[in-house]
Amino acid sequence: MKNSITKNTYSYYYLLPAIIIYTTFFIVPTLISFFFSLTRWTLFDWEFIGLKNFINFFQESSLNIGLRNTLIYASMTSGLKVILGLLIAVFLCSGIRTKNYLRAVIFFPALVSTMAVGAIFKALMNPTRGPINQVLTAIGIEGPSWLGNPDLALFSVIFVDVWKGVGIATVIYIAGLMSIPPHYYEACDVDGGNSFQKFTHITLPLVRPAMNAVIILSLVGGLKSFDIIWAMTGGGPGFASDVLASVVYKQYINGFYGLATAGNVILLILIAIIAFPLYRFLSRGEVEY
Amino acid sequence: MKKVLLWSVVLMLSISMIAAFSLSGCKEEEPVEEAVEEEAEEEVEEEEPEEVVEEEVEEEKKFDGVTLSIMIHGDSPTKEWIELFSELVEEELGIKSIIELTLGGVEGETITKTRIAAGELPDITEYNVGALLQALNPAENFYDISNEPYAENISEDFKAAASVGDKLFGIPTAPGTVGGWLYNKKIYEELGLEIPTTWEQLMDNCQKVQDAGYTAVLGTYGDSWTAQIVVLADYYNVSSAVPDFAEKYTANEAHYADTPEALRSFEKLAETGKYLNKDFATLTYDDGIRALCEGEAAHFPMLTLAFAAISSTYPEAVEDIGIFPQPSDSADVNGFTTWEPEGWFVSKTSENLEAANAWMEWMSSQEAWDAYSTTSQIFGPLLIKGLTYPENVSPLVSEIQSYFDAGSSGPALEFISPVKGPNLAQICVEVGSGMRTALEGAKEYDKDVEKQAQQLGLEGW
Repeated sequence: MKNSITKNTYSYYYLLPAIIIYTTFFIVPTLISFFFSLTRWTLFDWEFIGLKNFINFFQESSLNIGLRNTLIYASMTSGLKVILGLLIAVFLCSGIRTKNYLRAVIFFPALVSTMAVGAIFKALMNPTRGPINQVLTAIGIEGPSWLGNPDLALFSVIFVDVWKGVGIATVIYIAGLMSIPPHYYEACDVDGGNSFQKFTHITLPLVRPAMNAVIILSLVGGLKSFDIIWAMTGGGPGFASDVLASVVYKQYINGFYGLATAGNVILLILIAIIAFPLYRFLSRGEVEY
Repeated sequence: MKKVLLWSVVLMLSISMIAAFSLSGCKEEEPVEEAVEEEAEEEVEEEEPEEVVEEEVEEEKKFDGVTLSIMIHGDSPTKEWIELFSELVEEELGIKSIIELTLGGVEGETITKTRIAAGELPDITEYNVGALLQALNPAENFYDISNEPYAENISEDFKAAASVGDKLFGIPTAPGTVGGWLYNKKIYEELGLEIPTTWEQLMDNCQKVQDAGYTAVLGTYGDSWTAQIVVLADYYNVSSAVPDFAEKYTANEAHYADTPEALRSFEKLAETGKYLNKDFATLTYDDGIRALCEGEAAHFPMLTLAFAAISSTYPEAVEDIGIFPQPSDSADVNGFTTWEPEGWFVSKTSENLEAANAWMEWMSSQEAWDAYSTTSQIFGPLLIKGLTYPENVSPLVSEIQSYFDAGSSGPALEFISPVKGPNLAQICVEVGSGMRTALEGAKEYDKDVEKQAQQLGLEGW
């Protein structure tokens, strides 16, 4: 049996170019980075210092705040995208008339450059001259400093990330909803089920594959998020909205290459220990009728 | 799905890892011989053409046909000047210039470091002096100009900042800058205030200004670098009280948190907190300049480089804005902390070393600085001795020069110690806006500094 397969398929040598490129540019650098995370290196030299980079990372408040914020950021953006995306998708799959137009509108923010979105919202959220606070002032509320208040800055960025990313989640959900055969709903109608029962007993279980994709994509995206934060706050005020990726970037531009490598290794491990078990757990829950 | 996961994991790390990979490549593939060969080549080039060139001097320009590559910051005020200067130097010496623009700030530093690592440094580079220069390993990458005749007249402070050991590498690209408190003279006149000579008086003035409804101290933490000025400009006061602070600091024997005089710099920053404008957290530097010039705010702790922006954007306000040094706690100690401008550096591996040297000599001449003054007004003391000031020099310069002449000025810490933590700006934002106390901020900065010192491989850390 095995022989007949190998005879009939292409030779394994066809894989060689891809393997070589993948090994040279991805596998080898990944392995090398594990070594360099244990050193203090410059472009000219390196010195082995054991686990000191990692100890620094967990001890120093300007570094480990990134760890905390990354977890908050990833779970909040992911959670909001999963819930809002589903609600919007169900709404856009209903019989409303302008649904094609609305689908385009919801997806549109995902097409704009993140840096542009960041710059626009930075201007909108300006505490004195920004339109958001001017509107609030007009109706008699004194708006906070959205990006200047250390307790608020991270959440302002999370809001913008969700605004920008919910379109993609919605599109994935719509694809999932469209693939649910209509006769399940018809059967439910015959049994006299209401629309809430339809949602909980048909839509929700059958949209699970799409939901799993949204959860994993948005969570991993959230964990390694950088551009929107850098564009809006630069990690500030102080270090209040720093996430792992922005901390790593700062260490890198400051010339602390060892610390930056260690930060990336931590990020890799963090994503691996969150994403892989989560993926297995989620795919176990998928059902088929 | 799994693929997506794997790809995102892999992509995220790939950038830093490719860097790591190329590094390990460099280590193996660049044998010592090659470097030696290059140096030998240089020497040959230096010796031989010299005689030929000297004979040509009478009939032709000395460096006809030589082209120098010059890397400058796209956003630096020297840009216009260097274009004008390129024309002059071509007329005079026959040297053509190719000007490459890089970015200012950390991005520009990274570009320069990458160029060094790739062995592609241009003939002439504009770069910071002081702590940042040290990080470039200048002795290996830049040409030592300490024996060149044009190096003699450079001011001692700049020399100290542009040297490593007894080797000097750079000449100034701009006049000197001082840090202090810019103030609006009209508001001072209106409220009958006097220039403070102690910190207490300054705080009194701030209170009066605030009571009168103006912004007392401008905070422009939207550009976080501006938050550092109060701490950095206090260094003249620190060094007057603890003359050997820089030395001990470099040797890991003194720190901001355990030296009360130095900790005072952070305390002063914390004390300005209650006088800041309401939108200090997001206001930008440009907004700050506007608020000061339009008479909304009385004080702005800043460097004199702000005058370039003031004179180009608010020329009618130039005369309303003055500067005084950040006062100490004693009326007897009053002086400016100075910032050295960036320097011009010649690449050690330049193929046109002699032409580059002639370029540097020209750059230190009276003609060059006359040309400078036609493109931008001079707001600080010239750092080359024996030069005369051009006509359009700002009256501020003589005011500042009087402090210099009285010996009441000294370089900022970053120019006399290689140790400067990269997160000072963020930490100062935290202290200035009350997220951390002065002591916590100083402790945090001491830790930040430790990483820098270790990365530089300094002794005692």
